[in-house]
Amino acid sequence: MNIQVTVNGKAHEKDVEPRQLLVHFLRDDLGLTGTKIGCDTSQCGACVVSMDGATVKSCTCLAVQADGSQITTIEGLAPKGELDPVQEAFWNKHGLQCGYCTAGMIMTTVELLEKNHSPTAEEVRDGLKGNICRCTGYHNIVQAVLAAAEAKRS
Amino acid sequence: MTTRIFGSGIRRREDPRLITGGATYTDDVKLPGMAYAAMLRSPHAHAKINSIDINAAAAAPGVVAVYTGADTEGALNPIPCAWIPPDSDVKAVAHPALAKDVVRYQGDAVAVVVAESRYQAEDALELINVDYEVLPAVINPEAAMQPGAPQLHEDAPNNQAFHWVAVGGDPDAAFASADVIVKDTILQQRMIPNAMEPRSAVANWTASMGELTLWSTSQNPHICRFLASLVTGIAEHKIRVIATEVGGGFGSKIPVYADEMITSFCSMQLGRPVKWTATRSEGFQATIHGRDHIEYVELAATREGKITGIRSVIYAGMGAYLSTAGPGVPTILHGLMYSGPYDVGATKADIYGVFNNATPVDAYRGAGRPEATFLVERLVDLLAVELGIDPVELRRKNLIPKFEDGHDVASGITYDSGDYEPILDMVLNHVNYPALREEQAHGREHGHYMGIGVTCYAEICGLGPSQVAGAVGFGGGLWESAIVRFHPTGKVNVYSGTSPHGQGEETTFAQIISDELGVDVDDVGIIHGDTSNTPMGWGTYGSRTTAVGAAAMVLAARKVKEKARLLAAHLLEAAEADVEYEDGKFFVKGSPDQSKSIQEIATMANVAWNMPEGMEPGLEASAFYDPPNFVYPFGAHVAVVDVDVDNGHIEVKRYVAGDDCGPQINPMIVDGQVHGGVVQGAGQALWEGAVYDDNGQLLTGSMTDYALPRAHMFPDIETLSTVTPSPHNPLGVKGIGETGAIASTITIYNAVMDALRPLGVTGIDMPLTPEKVWQAIRQQQGS
Repeated sequence: MNIQVTVNGKAHEKDVEPRQLLVHFLRDDLGLTGTKIGCDTSQCGACVVSMDGATVKSCTCLAVQADGSQITTIEGLAPKGELDPVQEAFWNKHGLQCGYCTAGMIMTTVELLEKNHSPTAEEVRDGLKGNICRCTGYHNIVQAVLAAAEAKRS
Repeated sequence: MTTRIFGSGIRRREDPRLITGGATYTDDVKLPGMAYAAMLRSPHAHAKINSIDINAAAAAPGVVAVYTGADTEGALNPIPCAWIPPDSDVKAVAHPALAKDVVRYQGDAVAVVVAESRYQAEDALELINVDYEVLPAVINPEAAMQPGAPQLHEDAPNNQAFHWVAVGGDPDAAFASADVIVKDTILQQRMIPNAMEPRSAVANWTASMGELTLWSTSQNPHICRFLASLVTGIAEHKIRVIATEVGGGFGSKIPVYADEMITSFCSMQLGRPVKWTATRSEGFQATIHGRDHIEYVELAATREGKITGIRSVIYAGMGAYLSTAGPGVPTILHGLMYSGPYDVGATKADIYGVFNNATPVDAYRGAGRPEATFLVERLVDLLAVELGIDPVELRRKNLIPKFEDGHDVASGITYDSGDYEPILDMVLNHVNYPALREEQAHGREHGHYMGIGVTCYAEICGLGPSQVAGAVGFGGGLWESAIVRFHPTGKVNVYSGTSPHGQGEETTFAQIISDELGVDVDDVGIIHGDTSNTPMGWGTYGSRTTAVGAAAMVLAARKVKEKARLLAAHLLEAAEADVEYEDGKFFVKGSPDQSKSIQEIATMANVAWNMPEGMEPGLEASAFYDPPNFVYPFGAHVAVVDVDVDNGHIEVKRYVAGDDCGPQINPMIVDGQVHGGVVQGAGQALWEGAVYDDNGQLLTGSMTDYALPRAHMFPDIETLSTVTPSPHNPLGVKGIGETGAIASTITIYNAVMDALRPLGVTGIDMPLTPEKVWQAIRQQQGS
């Protein structure tokens, strides 16, 4: 099937198998390997990308479902050479260790903070329920999200 | 450079690539002409293979090849176990890369499909027809040793993989003369490590050169190369292993697995690069598990609460085969640590390693030490209840007094340094322990069940002296080496044989070298993970990377500095004895204006226009560091929990971790290691556990069914520390990667039992799920 997708501001037209997962389209066809596959069952959130402004788990979304959409991946979150405040906050607060869950965590956080500019720690923890990290114990991720919220407000 | 950067919580240099999606993990590697492999795994825990029909799969679209055990037999040697504890009658049964005649656990690989795409490979798996004759299976390791149990291996009667006993002092006498004995049966449930990055391998065989390049999600690429050469028969110098970005390991990426050897085999057969990446389901079934003990433990004490003996009989499930380091975990890394931080006169560990029809077991974060800490601290709490002594007071009575340079414990090992009471005081003051007890007493009057768990621990890590490694049957050394190299522009690269995979050591190593050489931290680059450009090293596990790997670096840096000093003397036309060093500069004694920076010296050494007679050009050195002892971090943790007796739900209200890992190179990273370890240990106490049914079907085979900790399930972690340097290494550092997981499981468990004590509940098997807690409470109320 032919699909037209704009990814990180760049338009793509591709033939894809109807069954191809969006995450494989991004990683294998477009070479955007910053988005990760962690679980295949929509549990871990490593594959979260933004589609038309809303987060989706790209391992449980077909590429054909993305036809006509605007997608942002971790690679396109900030202009080249710059960092989004969320990326900066994850760096400042040691919100990552092995980095494998990080793209999904950051993309989820971006949406979370768009919906709620001043989340409490509890709201942050609740908002990150769908993203699993095995390294950090979440403590510094929560700190990073709170710091990002503050940075975005100011 | 007057400020040391050692001790500063600077941001990690690894992070820019990780927060922008720019890092390259193994599954991100794409080579021209690459094909994709997928493994067919046994759906049965134990079965005879009558036949395998691959014809339909081989003819499927895109399929390049299908191989079975008949193809790999002879071409790949069995996957070796590399840790054979002596005097234990270890049955190192052959572990074929692909099962040919019998499958022994659900997930055992029986065939591999290589295709042009990963989808085509997975499609073709479904076309392979394996005729299995299902055999009875056994999962419970104690049951596996009973007469009549299904037998896994002909060479291992009663499924006994080994029997290892460690006796220190006279435990029989201690128990015979004890005033009090407390006992427990502990289930250390099977854990599934679940690093977020699934295992992956890319193999690229260059037939013309007879060379194999293997990208592997490994914590120890040099060990991977060593064992790959044994399995494939390719000479070690013709194998290059690259552990590029590795997304967490927690022990599960120490072993050398069949999968990467099969992937290599496929590349060698086909003459093209082949990639295999585990699905998460494969991660659950075919990546090592941890723990899996059934333990009978007891403690002997005097009426006054002096602990005189601790002993165990343990059935430790090893899974269907012995994994790379599997037998070392419940033995050497466990059975020698029964003293914990206490003065215990006699200890005995009586350990049966048992084959069961389950995924092989190997090191999982803490590896043996969480189990040892758990049983000691559980028994101490039971003794406190038995004697009616406050658990903190009981611990104080037994703590080993402060020591700075060695303390022998009953099992025969020598702790390096310890000062156990200050960190205990610190955490107790922090939580205001007496006030907590008052709050608890008050709450109980109103049907509110709060529990307080306080534990002390000492652990063994920084593995370790190679002589000891040899004596305890580890099939390798445990030293580390490093090369420190100044480039012509005065910048530095450090090449390490360790292989960090999330611990931030590119940053901490650079901090250490920056201080040692007096150069800006940004002028130091750290190289690791590729056997082609790093010196031999034994890898990253057992909280050894800094204590051993960084020590090697420091020694190399000091050699470099001394050579630079001699060259500086020559260039400054001064006597060698008159040239001094401070903050990255060499100067002539008494005339600080006459100086050259080490980076200027590096340029001069590299161009070599004017070298002293006999001095070689260049400015670099390598060093090997073999530690004279392990290191022994310690600490005290406190958990405060609320148990809702109506539904069994446990809420961890506070968690305080007090840890002493010696001098902290980067406190931000130290805290991060503690946070992660604590929550991983909490996972074992409260939520996680592999569940097999009686047929050996893994019921917790996905993240839907296996409850990993999520963000809303645990509170912020309060971290405290003291600093007691190790006398054994040049930095005084100990390890911090595993302490959280070593202490938190039992701290939380003890807190929950403390909460439930008034209700008559004394013990519940982990994980402490609401259902089990609720049932236990109901049982007491019914009785």
